[in-house]
Amino acid sequence: MSTTTPTRPPAATNAVRQRPGDRIFKGVATASGLAILVILAGVAAFLLYQAYPALVAPAADIAGGEGFWKYTAELVFGTALSAALALVIGAPLGVGIALFITHYAPRKLAAPLGYVIDLLAAIPSIVYGLWGVFVFAPALVPIYAWLADNLGWLPLFAGPVSSGRTMLTAGLVLAVMILPVITALSREVFRQTPTLQQEAALALGATRWEMVKYAVIPYGKSGVVAASMLGLGRALGETMAVAAVLSVAGGVTFNLISTQNPGTIAANIALQFPESTGLGVNLLVATGLVLFVITFLVNFAARAIVARTSKG
Amino acid sequence: MTQLTTPPRPAVGLGTTRHLPAWAPYAALAVSAAFSGAVLALAGFNTAGWLVLTAVVFTVLLVSASRAVEGPRKATDRFVTSLVVGAFLLALIPLVSVAWTVVSNGAARFDVEFFTYSMRGIVGEGGGAAHAIAGTLIITAITTVISVPIGILTAVYLVEYGRGSVARTITFLVDVMTGIPSIVAGLFSVALFTLLLGPGVRLGIMGSVALCVLMIPVVVRSTEEILRLVPHELREASYALGVPKWRTVVKVVLRTSVAGIGTGVTLAIARVIGETAPLLVTLGVTSAINYNPFDGRMSTLPTFAWFSYATPTLPVEASIDRAWTAALVLVILVMLFNLIARIVSRAFSPKTR
Amino acid sequence: MKRSTLAAAALPAAVVLTLGLSSCAANEPGGSDAGSTDTASSAATELTGTLNGAGASSQQAAQQAWIAGATDASPDLQVNYDPQGSGAGRTQFLSGAVQFAGSDAYLKDDELTQAQTRCEGGNAIDIPAYVSPIAIAYNLEGVDDLKLSPETIAQIFDGKITTWNDPAIAADNAGVSLPATAINPVHRADESGTTANFTDYLSKASNGAWTYEPGQEWPAPGGEAAQGTSGVVAAIGATAGSIGYADESQAQDLGHVQVKVGDGFVGPTAEAAAKALDEATPASGRPAGDIALDINRTPSASDAYPVILVSYLIGCTSYADAADAANVKGYFTYVTSEAGQEAAASAAGSAPLSESLRTQITTSLESIQTS
Repeated sequence: MSTTTPTRPPAATNAVRQRPGDRIFKGVATASGLAILVILAGVAAFLLYQAYPALVAPAADIAGGEGFWKYTAELVFGTALSAALALVIGAPLGVGIALFITHYAPRKLAAPLGYVIDLLAAIPSIVYGLWGVFVFAPALVPIYAWLADNLGWLPLFAGPVSSGRTMLTAGLVLAVMILPVITALSREVFRQTPTLQQEAALALGATRWEMVKYAVIPYGKSGVVAASMLGLGRALGETMAVAAVLSVAGGVTFNLISTQNPGTIAANIALQFPESTGLGVNLLVATGLVLFVITFLVNFAARAIVARTSKG
Repeated sequence: MTQLTTPPRPAVGLGTTRHLPAWAPYAALAVSAAFSGAVLALAGFNTAGWLVLTAVVFTVLLVSASRAVEGPRKATDRFVTSLVVGAFLLALIPLVSVAWTVVSNGAARFDVEFFTYSMRGIVGEGGGAAHAIAGTLIITAITTVISVPIGILTAVYLVEYGRGSVARTITFLVDVMTGIPSIVAGLFSVALFTLLLGPGVRLGIMGSVALCVLMIPVVVRSTEEILRLVPHELREASYALGVPKWRTVVKVVLRTSVAGIGTGVTLAIARVIGETAPLLVTLGVTSAINYNPFDGRMSTLPTFAWFSYATPTLPVEASIDRAWTAALVLVILVMLFNLIARIVSRAFSPKTR
Repeated sequence: MKRSTLAAAALPAAVVLTLGLSSCAANEPGGSDAGSTDTASSAATELTGTLNGAGASSQQAAQQAWIAGATDASPDLQVNYDPQGSGAGRTQFLSGAVQFAGSDAYLKDDELTQAQTRCEGGNAIDIPAYVSPIAIAYNLEGVDDLKLSPETIAQIFDGKITTWNDPAIAADNAGVSLPATAINPVHRADESGTTANFTDYLSKASNGAWTYEPGQEWPAPGGEAAQGTSGVVAAIGATAGSIGYADESQAQDLGHVQVKVGDGFVGPTAEAAAKALDEATPASGRPAGDIALDINRTPSASDAYPVILVSYLIGCTSYADAADAANVKGYFTYVTSEAGQEAAASAAGSAPLSESLRTQITTSLESIQTS
């Protein structure tokens, strides 16, 4: 399996001489990389500067009166829950669709079908928000009512059901939103798998699934993980759609189908920022900083996974 | 005796000779649809339930038939095929629903006036989004022009040149950047320009800067992923011919992956063009056309749609209609970009077969 | 270098599309004049330049009408209003970022002190400009007419009364057949002046049935939360048995509760809101020219609707720049004039300012000058 796994080109390819063009190109590329460093330093400096007062403020001054960490914990929970729901639903679907387009759909249809899925990415997030409020959430109410009646003994579906603006709806809307991200990248990765190995597998009598399992998925694993993590990053930071779709009442609960939900960090910033002043702004920026750290950890984990699988 | 006359059981695996006929999936589909319809007719019919039940019955039916006739390996294959096709069909439901919602609601004001009028001096019905369309195009173009070169070059650096701690740091920072909440990017831009030009400044370029912070890491991550897939043999072949490294990168590595990079960039554009939150704080609001991103406030389609929805004027329907049409125009714009990117990347990508 | 496919693709497309649009929109100066240009204006002098404001989103609809009217009279004037929220508006005004602010609450005492630096030694003044009745809107099949006392409303929004056929509701609605539907109270998810005024009404009028502090953020647990007035209206409309609060003009498709005032019941209309405004008392300890009002939530007039929102324009009594002073004065004068109030009424469904209040405002605006 590992023979064709792309690896970094060796550091100094001895055959290549250093030419002026090389030096300039390398310089430009390096400068771009360093530009990112500068931008990020700016953002980080701003965030820390703005967040600091909230981090050191006495507990009583923070909204809710119980201090920064208590205020943030609930939002972190809501953010994690909605993003996890989105990933659990969106990632398998996205990978399935990518496989369908690259290895199952008729050749001629593959490109147009891929384009159709990309259209999901073309829809701006506020449109998802409006669609979620006006179309999707009301349509889900009967399903939630059924879940509450039949699976109400599970804490997940305890209800009560009143409107469809629930955590599960938010998770589903987010799943739809991250689907094109996961699909598009996975598709590129699956398409790049070496044809030779696939044909060899088929020639040995493997079924299509066995071919995919042994010659496509191992090759594309790191790409799929990266794609999922990009999707997760988007789900974690999504603002307007969640702000519109999720009914927030605070509190930590796993009840997915009631209107009493914890908020998410990004949506909370969008909702509360306009009317905030002074310490309130600092507090919101500080929660933004926490989101920043969480997303970073997710990406870090993804890198680690990718690094481990590509070594094998 | 009996050994000779009984036909040998089909061997599982390579020697399988028995197949389900080609029409079997269609027959299974028809049977399961009829069966589900009948079951639900007793319990109370609804379309969603019927479709779900049909899918489940179809899968069970086909897989068990395949298992009986073709053996477990083929059965698994058919099961996975059903899953994969099902995943695709499932994804079409929200797509069709969203598209229908946007088109049917947006069609009401999709007229000439919408593209030729701004909102200056207009209250109530009428008016258009010429100012917002101009703003969206200008701001997105600036964002793209800044982000794409930086993003692609950074990815090139990471994949082709980057070694050691500097590359690790940049990788690390790109990851951190992916996590910047969009509104925070907006606030950063406001803070930066307040520092430079004093409080209360609202410029088109501020929106672009905020969007760049969001767009660059997306471009880097997707380009990097694609560049790593370029087989190393291609590079070595190029080096062996004495081609300098930079020409190898430009003519071989980037050229091979142009389609993938195009997809990544298109997705990145699609992501930022619909961003609302950072633009709300950086651009301000205006009802008139402004072509100059370095002077004065600008309007964009997402913010225009948002304000039309969130703070409608009477009659409310006229405002809501404008919001939906703005959303529709936005979607069409992104589709156009998508299409152009595809055509261009096809034109540039190497002819392989 | 054919490096970036999209830079190559997007840029020409953007340029082509931008040029495809006429260089100026049809309704703007320079284009063929086809906009609605017959709005009357009482702005006395021609104003020029750009006037920027920021603040309450509740005023946005009215501001659009005012901007249209004011720029109609003075074609060289460009007015922009950012509906970023009252808090952001006041902050930006105090930092000198905008020339005026729109706010659902009048300036706090410490903000008045800060304002003296921003106003070049003058004062900041609050001018009431936008009065809107807040409707308590409901979605209940078969019930067209619903009367509720403040105590009952407080208990509904506090989750104490949970079904529509509760005896407390039935007591005020003799002869109406109330269903056993569960009540789904809907409130604003974002901080807002509407919430502040609604909770203020509940805490002052409900005789202790509402125990939470009034504020911009919804204080009580439970209920459904929705973003913005539009979100609340959509949420009420989507679920049978819902009740919520929203600006009257934007909740016209829903049923409106008549609230108990004295011994009678009053619905949210512009006239009833104006009556309630007449009973507002001036806030104490304010600088000269400032017209900050404390609304009486239990008015004596039996046809006054006390659930109202009063939103202010905030400006300085002195500006460093002569054009700013003239623009603010001219714009404020137009907004509070009869024509301006009518424009807001037809665009945003607001209630008019009373004659006596307008006289008071005119006097205040006289004090705006160049430092």
